[in-house]
Amino acid sequence: MSDIIRRDPRAEWIVRNRLHPLHLSLVKSQQGDVRGPSGLLRKNVRDVGFIGPNGIKRIDRANLLTVDTTTRRSASKDTQTARPLHVVEQADFYIMVVADMVGGRLTAHDKDLLGQAHRLVVQYSDVNSQCCGAVALVCFGQIKDDQLGLSGVDRLFHLEDTVYDGFSPEARLGALQQIESQYQPLHWLFPDSVHGGADLACRFSARIGERLAAHVWQLDREQCLSRGASGSMDIKRATPRIVTLLEECADPIEDTQHQALPMVLEPMAVPSARLKEKGQMAVDASAVPLAEAEFILSAGNGIHNWAQFHATATALGATEGASRVAVDEGFMPRARQVGASGTWVTARVYVAVGISGAIQHMQGIGQCDKVIAINTDAGCDMVKRADLAVIADSDALLMALASLVEQHQLAKHAEQIHGENSNAA
Amino acid sequence: MQPNVNVVSLVSIGRHPQSGRARRAEQDGRAVELGLKLVQDKLTLLHAGNAHETVLRQYAGMGLDGFTVLPQGEGDDAVPVLVAYFKANRQHHSRQIVLTGVNAESGESSGMLPYLLAEQLGWPIVPRIADIVRVDEFEAEVLLALPRGQRRVVTVSLPFIASVDSAAQEPRQSAFARGLRATLTTLDYGSRVDDAVSHWQVAPAKPKPKRLKVVKAKTAADRMKAATAKPVGGGGKVLRNESVEEQAQAIFDLLLEEKVIR
Repeated sequence: MSDIIRRDPRAEWIVRNRLHPLHLSLVKSQQGDVRGPSGLLRKNVRDVGFIGPNGIKRIDRANLLTVDTTTRRSASKDTQTARPLHVVEQADFYIMVVADMVGGRLTAHDKDLLGQAHRLVVQYSDVNSQCCGAVALVCFGQIKDDQLGLSGVDRLFHLEDTVYDGFSPEARLGALQQIESQYQPLHWLFPDSVHGGADLACRFSARIGERLAAHVWQLDREQCLSRGASGSMDIKRATPRIVTLLEECADPIEDTQHQALPMVLEPMAVPSARLKEKGQMAVDASAVPLAEAEFILSAGNGIHNWAQFHATATALGATEGASRVAVDEGFMPRARQVGASGTWVTARVYVAVGISGAIQHMQGIGQCDKVIAINTDAGCDMVKRADLAVIADSDALLMALASLVEQHQLAKHAEQIHGENSNAA
Repeated sequence: MQPNVNVVSLVSIGRHPQSGRARRAEQDGRAVELGLKLVQDKLTLLHAGNAHETVLRQYAGMGLDGFTVLPQGEGDDAVPVLVAYFKANRQHHSRQIVLTGVNAESGESSGMLPYLLAEQLGWPIVPRIADIVRVDEFEAEVLLALPRGQRRVVTVSLPFIASVDSAAQEPRQSAFARGLRATLTTLDYGSRVDDAVSHWQVAPAKPKPKRLKVVKAKTAADRMKAATAKPVGGGGKVLRNESVEEQAQAIFDLLLEEKVIR
């Protein structure tokens, strides 16, 4: 039910027009005049007026709008209309999309690729209406996205194993080869990205000996247009099987939902890794530019103990940001300001400490994935925007958080030493 | 640093993004810089293409006494020639490092060359490195440049091919006279025309159309809402009455789950 109160102009008109045959009945029905035991007309003095749409009591002295009972609510409208389900019973061909899945979620780039894959499927089925194709998503590692079907995934190859964690191009290449030999997909679409998509595409292309088209930004069944010579030339050529696509190559799926049926792969031998990952290196978080930092701890007006804030940021390994107020008061340099007049950040995790969330600030963090708010005011905009909001005093909370991180580091360090000892033994 | 490791930097002819003139390519320059850092002037500078290109002297001017060119015509495929070169110099193989840029600045610039070389020689390839930290008897420790300024440590067995990211050390200034004095060695391993290229239609790049923001609202009220609404996340969790320790633990758990704390 929508909350919009609808006027009934006809009922209002009848109430105004005392000569109307329905006038008396309508006025009666809404005013509910009561005669007392002595026959006197009793008026309920508290019953005058009505509650207006913004919650304020209104007294309609001209008696023009007293149509409370005749107002009707608008027809119930589903805000979450279910999209039509696109069903692929038996797939005659597959188009594979190998997703980056940064942080376990589909990126905007991945969604564009899924949209492009569906356009290809439509073009192929226009040519031969008998065969129907499916868009299959290949992804590695943990998935945190539970709405894959809404992004256009018909089939899902989810390879979750410790060998695919972190930097593991050789194991991933092996999995792609297995899919290739088992399903012979019509096309392989890779994101042309620095998150590993382009690297995997090149490895795959070299391994199976088929030339790929790189930096493609327009693609159909027959021809594709790719950027060459550091973006200064367009190369038009026949569409190969393996394509790496630039961002915004096609519109993402928005009107349908899809099955996202999990697919199984035959077990395969994992090739021995010649590249061995030794983990990520700790980089100086304060040296990372604010615009591209992954994890930002941002301070606002609610911070009183600045030394503690800096210490917490160092302990967490977070890049420091600040709201305009904190910068104006001189606690943080101008280069650290987040928001429309400072830096537009793209962090995956943004922790706002004592920031109530001016609209300029909210614009600046529009692209952040997860927002955590620490604030004393439960009604502020930042708390409404946040995925996790904590209503507490910042000083005590930052102290507790810093001690938790310290414990975590100590436990990890002890584990490492233990591991080395047992290796030596 | 390691006198007995053989480092080869593959260079190409760059293209200035504004003027379009030939220049020292950004990433190839970094590959040469990294090679100079590893073995100083024992670095082998290798180019497959036109031997009389003056830009090659800019690479040599970074501190090398000579460079090697495998002569090629315009539009020839560089891969078979380079494979032939590396197969002919097999005696250096066990301790060889080949450095290239990620993408060329001319031609198709698909970045496939190091991958094709690695596949045909059977060597591992490390993409987008920022630095080589250490070279041992059998393996090397390299730093991978990840997005968002992060670095990853990877060990790789020798010999290997690495493409050098723009996050690596900037190439030093090239000395013009030193480049002029550098000796040119040409080695002929034949050449093969890249047939596929003749089927392509090449044109100057058209600007990509900008994606329009389409408001799909059906009613005026929806359109008004779409135009005025503040960005609101879908109903997050609010911790109000828990103790500070519990609240801190909830935040810490989320940070761990998102893998921003390691």
